[in-house]
Amino acid sequence: MTTGEVVLRARGLVKRFGAVVAVDGLELELVAGRCLGLLGPNGAGKTTTIEMLEGLKAPDAGEIHVLGLDWRTSAAQIRALIGVQLQATEFQDKLTVFETLRLFRAFYADSRGADEVIAWVGLEEKRGARVGTLSGGQKQRLALATALLNRPRILFLDEPSTGLDPQARRRVWETIEAFKASGGSVLLTTHYMEEAERLADDLAILDHGKVIARGSPRAVIDTLGAESVVEFTPVGGARPEHEAELLTLSGVSAVRHEGERVVLSVTRTQDAIAGLFALCARRKLELEDLRTHRPTLEDVFVSLTGKHLRDE
Amino acid sequence: MSRGRELYELTRVRVLLFLREPEALFWVFVFPLVLAGVLGFAFRSKGIEPARVGLLEGPGADELARALASDEHVELVRFVARAEAEKKLARAALDVLLEPQADGVPQLAYDAHRPEGENARVRVLRALDLAQGRAAAPVTLAPVEETGSRYIDFLFPGLLGMNLMGTGMWGIGFAIADVRRRKFLKRLLVTPMRRSSFFLSFILARAVFLVLELAVLGSFGAWILGVPLRGSVAAFALVSLLGAGAFAGIGILTAARARTIEAVSGLMNVVMMPMWLGSGVFFSYERFPVALQPLLKLLPLTALNDALRGVCLDGSALVELTAPLAILLTWGVLSFALALRIFRWE
Repeated sequence: MTTGEVVLRARGLVKRFGAVVAVDGLELELVAGRCLGLLGPNGAGKTTTIEMLEGLKAPDAGEIHVLGLDWRTSAAQIRALIGVQLQATEFQDKLTVFETLRLFRAFYADSRGADEVIAWVGLEEKRGARVGTLSGGQKQRLALATALLNRPRILFLDEPSTGLDPQARRRVWETIEAFKASGGSVLLTTHYMEEAERLADDLAILDHGKVIARGSPRAVIDTLGAESVVEFTPVGGARPEHEAELLTLSGVSAVRHEGERVVLSVTRTQDAIAGLFALCARRKLELEDLRTHRPTLEDVFVSLTGKHLRDE
Repeated sequence: MSRGRELYELTRVRVLLFLREPEALFWVFVFPLVLAGVLGFAFRSKGIEPARVGLLEGPGADELARALASDEHVELVRFVARAEAEKKLARAALDVLLEPQADGVPQLAYDAHRPEGENARVRVLRALDLAQGRAAAPVTLAPVEETGSRYIDFLFPGLLGMNLMGTGMWGIGFAIADVRRRKFLKRLLVTPMRRSSFFLSFILARAVFLVLELAVLGSFGAWILGVPLRGSVAAFALVSLLGAGAFAGIGILTAARARTIEAVSGLMNVVMMPMWLGSGVFFSYERFPVALQPLLKLLPLTALNDALRGVCLDGSALVELTAPLAILLTWGVLSFALALRIFRWE
């Protein structure tokens, strides 16, 4: 595997369900040894996309090449080379962890030992436990273990940490990082920006089945052109005439409203805050809950789509 | 990735999962035994019930008692108090009441509407005739000693057939609907597993259970209930195998599209209900209207029950069972082929 080699390429992918276009001309490239994150809100087309790449759904149009192979002609070969963790698979409750892995090993000519992957995901103590007795995090680690059995070149992970508590989430992330460190490539979908920022080398932000931004997390955040984000709630509510005035402040590059809240994209934080306070003094404005933070993927996403990644 | 190992592991898992389902084990192995035991006991042949004859004290009572003692099926109870004896007769604790009279002609009181009363009357009169030296009309008696004509002998092959149907349908249908609902099926599909191995594992696991089922139920039927097997063991095994195969196919077909356990169990009941009633499990389907019978005979459970009863009770060879076996084979092949075509993989 040479660095820079493209291990997964999708061109012009389209998938329709009746009148709904779930994936609309999507283009993706996964480079060997890197992790590509598909980030987007529920319904953006992430799962449909990853299921087409995994060979579970046939695209209505477009081309997919996995390790240079085409699903339509080499499905069995591709399946032997990839590891997949689906969103919300339930394994058989009455099989043990070991028995589950033993079953999956039988599908691969060249497989790691069950105990080797059990150790990798840290389930040694649950080796003989029935799947039905595992916690959500342990089940997710078992799912990862089954995906790692065949020494996959590419790991497909569909929302690997959804529904897990922070500690369980970190354990899953550590296993994925170890896989990457061993030279594997990862395709990941998520709607957690921390997950994307921690794991992904490259991002594709999806909305309505299209990529609306791509690049490294840093590069994507930099498209906002802001050093920081300043948020506050004016007492008595935001008034439209403030917006124009806020935009004239030195160091402010964009203004948007989220309900009562005003959010400023700021290129020079200190100048902008000073200008904001001066404005408040002139207009006898009082501010509540003033905060500044470094821009995140969430800010990029909201500025691109007007929506949050998670509607919670 | 060899076919053999993949198939072995898939089948092994199916067998393990079934053995770990206590309810399934109960319905397959315990329930039919309990049902056979209870029904066999309730409808057992009871032998000849003795005629309960009351005899009041009076002149010549001892001679009457001696005369009645010649019939081993007469149970004699002597009374001093008439009121007590009449009360027992009224409550059917006695079948007849014999009372000696001063004129030497005893009086026999009985309820002419009860078969037991009529039977006791005939026995008492014959005993008294014999005691007085009057011979019965000359008839040569030829008692028939046929085992295998009890209700349990009819019932047991039917229960076995019903069990082969239930195990195949529930065992396979539920398991398929369950792996689909869990998306476990989808997870299997992203491995290089061959789809045919997935189906074959259900069939093979079914075959493993068939051996257990036949061993447990068959030995219970033969040794505890005394149900005969007049045909060959090989014929019995082949009929069972064809029956199990037909219902495995129908089970897969029933679960071919269903997304939920509820959907599949509803469908199964719709499929099995007509056969529970119409396929002659508990009573002969010949009791249904004649016009209906050709249709009933086409049902797979009817064919299986006919073939099982043929082998067990009539000692039929396989060639004599061509019609029911052909019906079973057709059901099996058609349902399996259709299931493969319409199966929902996602």
